[in-house]
Amino acid sequence: MSRMHRRTRYFALTAGLALTLSACSGTTQDDATSEAPAEETGAEETSAAAGGGGTEFAEGLAISMLPKSVNNPYFEASSEGAESAVTELAGEYEYTGPSDASASSQVSYINTLSQQAVDAILLSANDPNALCSALSQASDAGTAIVTFDSDVDPECRDLFVSQVEGEEVGRALIEMAAEQIDGDGQVAILSATANATNQNAWIDVIESELESNPDYAGIELVATVYGDDEDEKSFAETQGLLQAHPELEAIISPTTVGIAAAARYLQSSDYQGEVALTGLGTPNQMREFVEDGTVTEFALWDPSALGELAAYAGAALASDMITGAEGDTFTAGELGEYTVGADGVIVLGPPTRFNAENIDDFDF
Amino acid sequence: MSADTSTRVADTAPLAPARPRTRRGALTWDTAIIAVTLAFLVAASLGVEHFGTARNFGFLVLDLAPIFLLALPMTLIVITGDIDLSVASMVGLTSSAIGVMWEAGMPLETILVLAVVLGAVLGAVNGFFVAVLGLPALAVTIGTLALYRGLAYVLLGEGAVATFPRSFTGWTVGATGWMPNVLPGLLLLAVVFAVVLHATPVGRSIYAIGANVTTAAYSGINVGRTRFLLFVASGAMAGLVGAFWTLRYSSARGDNAFGIELTVVAAVLLGGVSIFGGKGSLPGVLAGVVLLMSLQNALRLGSVSTEALTVVTGLLLIVSVLLPNVLVRIRRMRSPRRPADPVPDPAPHQPAAPAANERN
Repeated sequence: MSRMHRRTRYFALTAGLALTLSACSGTTQDDATSEAPAEETGAEETSAAAGGGGTEFAEGLAISMLPKSVNNPYFEASSEGAESAVTELAGEYEYTGPSDASASSQVSYINTLSQQAVDAILLSANDPNALCSALSQASDAGTAIVTFDSDVDPECRDLFVSQVEGEEVGRALIEMAAEQIDGDGQVAILSATANATNQNAWIDVIESELESNPDYAGIELVATVYGDDEDEKSFAETQGLLQAHPELEAIISPTTVGIAAAARYLQSSDYQGEVALTGLGTPNQMREFVEDGTVTEFALWDPSALGELAAYAGAALASDMITGAEGDTFTAGELGEYTVGADGVIVLGPPTRFNAENIDDFDF
Repeated sequence: MSADTSTRVADTAPLAPARPRTRRGALTWDTAIIAVTLAFLVAASLGVEHFGTARNFGFLVLDLAPIFLLALPMTLIVITGDIDLSVASMVGLTSSAIGVMWEAGMPLETILVLAVVLGAVLGAVNGFFVAVLGLPALAVTIGTLALYRGLAYVLLGEGAVATFPRSFTGWTVGATGWMPNVLPGLLLLAVVFAVVLHATPVGRSIYAIGANVTTAAYSGINVGRTRFLLFVASGAMAGLVGAFWTLRYSSARGDNAFGIELTVVAAVLLGGVSIFGGKGSLPGVLAGVVLLMSLQNALRLGSVSTEALTVVTGLLLIVSVLLPNVLVRIRRMRSPRRPADPVPDPAPHQPAAPAANERN
């Protein structure tokens, strides 16, 4: 026993000493803003030639798409669009990424791409900050960084191809939900990961609309849960929502994995047709649920067009046609001409709503 | 490999009887895995574009560092016949705690020390259940795997803290010339653990406990204390990895290092440690870590699909667990009359342990 005591005392002493010492000259959060930029792991200081010199897309560009995770139908659709754009430009296209939607797994893939010195990376980020160091290494090696779908800190990329104005998506989501429950009752949100930049922006819009818009005075947001873009987790979270909130009128799921899992749960339960489900999904995923009445209306942009626009944006950067500055313009094939907005953001267009009347017109 | 324990009875220091591995010069699993790893590194450098560059070396070191560090105490724990499946959750929990403390305005130096202390405390909880209460390590650490991950989400919600100073995050991912800044630390810790395991009485007691815990206890080894301290060491290391992970990705999150406990255990087994305890070496394990991680790195550089990458890694692990057992069977078939794993009567005052059932 006494031996144990002695060890405890020694341990406490050492720990205490360490604390005292480090407290004297600590680095705290307040110091962080004035820090010098990070050193890179052996990064070659070969920054790409600046300036919008060229007027045509270069041939033979190597362009890679790095989705949040592979085997996600939404990103596979984006990939098809990007691939067709890269093929059009006679470049080399690769689709690569982790099987889990985590930021740390994406870092290894960014490192690999920067090592392979691809001309452009088209990235949908799992975390706005965790990828920055890897991205700036890739950027230093001359790779153009285009984010699409989910952005990183603007300092860490050249361009962000946004599917739509975030405000418009948030407004469309709450509007569809309100229409389906006649503007009255409890709603809940089933999102992707808690750090997904785009989902959080839309949720913010939904929340502020609920607070400020008198049309939604009868609607109460009772919960926001996260399915992490995993089918089973989203399914289980849906089940949990309905059990925890027996009065729930509608679920809004601003993610294609979430809405499909939620629809599958509703379809197999007594809630089918009782609880409304809306959000963002692909027509192919949701077709059966619209046909059997589980889902009335949902929305999305065309992810294939999003991938295509991202690929053209990456190619334009890599060809030195644009620098990513506000006001730069380029033509993205059949999609037409696009202009870079503030903070290097390019907006694809407004979301499309899908329902029983038009869903058969789409195939993605 | 199976007959290792039967040799070198002459090593008759009190702890020697249970010391298993002394057959020198023979091709054992760990020397084989070291040779395979070196051969792979050479082949990949020659055959895979961009693999053998200083930059890729830097990336590789950063990618393998967490697995490498966690494998050090894990090797010792598995050799004693235990396992610690909660390591990744302890990394996540310390990472969350680092985020919370940083948000609260504490100095980062203090936080990093506290992360290691917190890890040690978490490990001590495991150690208490396993070594003091005598519960099976597998059950205990599966429990704390869930518990600690849950606490990590409780601490930080599902959000992230990402405002760490560049002087720390940049140093962590940085390099001086070709030498990644974290490499000397990794090597130093590896040497410390290797010396403890292979050149001290503590190391011999670790093998003794894994070979036959009853014999070890009768030989005067404080089995409970050794097992307890190993879990504490594992927790402290997880705290250190939590600090590394947070700074490397500039992001404290509850889901950091999710699922990597399996990679750590896999690397330990690939490195030649018997899951039944009593056998294995640290150089073998470190070669296993390097092989596993550089294989993934090379496959990614070769643009092999993620699915294929997972399949190849899985196959490698199955082979690494199966092959030693197959070799043992073959050896048994060649000498049918010899007992599978004879252990020399270690201490005259007690009955010989029928050790054959203790392994494989």
